Amino acid sequence: MATELAPTGSAPIRDERDIVQARALVRTLTAQLKFSLVEQTKMITAASELARNTMVYGRGGEMRWEIVAEGIRRGLRLHFEDQGPGIPDVEQALVDGWTTGSGLGMGLSGTKRLVNDFAIRTKVGEGTCVSITRWK
Amino acid sequence: MERIPILRMGKHLLVTIQIDMQDQTALQLQEDLATMVDKSGANGVLIDVSALEMVDSFIGRMLVSISDIGRLLGATTVVVGIRPAVAITLVELGLSLGGVKTALNVERGMALLDANRTI
Repeated sequence: MATELAPTGSAPIRDERDIVQARALVRTLTAQLKFSLVEQTKMITAASELARNTMVYGRGGEMRWEIVAEGIRRGLRLHFEDQGPGIPDVEQALVDGWTTGSGLGMGLSGTKRLVNDFAIRTKVGEGTCVSITRWK
Repeated sequence: MERIPILRMGKHLLVTIQIDMQDQTALQLQEDLATMVDKSGANGVLIDVSALEMVDSFIGRMLVSISDIGRLLGATTVVVGIRPAVAITLVELGLSLGGVKTALNVERGMALLDANRTI
């Protein structure tokens, strides 16, 4: 197994290699938290979707992670932040099948189903931050 | 960027994806496979994804495209070895890879291709 990662940290999301790197980081973190295989796979997949959004729509940004605790349960929270164009209609962006890009439009709505908590902050012209949490 | 090798096995092509692919690598594979099907006249393509710990919407879409492109060129594509955790995640994500033929493992995938064989 890879070396233990710090409970908080960040990684740039600038190009495709960073998406692969983000997946590897989340794999290590979820293994560290002893997530089940299905939980790990869901979180890694969610991270991959959001990292790609950050790169393609947000024109690059970063992924921040934090291992969080609430009572006795622990979880992994990820933030994907960019200073891109922002999303004008968040409600619409969360509808299955809706896309402005070449995707299937499963990105945000699909990702939301893979995690326990999902939050999105966005401002047109300033950027977007999508935060997801999965509890063990 | 790494490139995924394509092996020739009789009338079929065999692709084993063993690395966590960059998007560009996935697109290159799509192009290489189309070229190889055309050049070799293969009537079956078997893609083994058993080493993949994750299939996101991009890779999922690539598998659907490869299958569609292959069909247009007269070849049947079978994706084998999808891990149970990956299958669960894909369905939840909203991608069930409709239209893509699948089999549990390489052996069954090959049997499917042989049964499908056209002249």
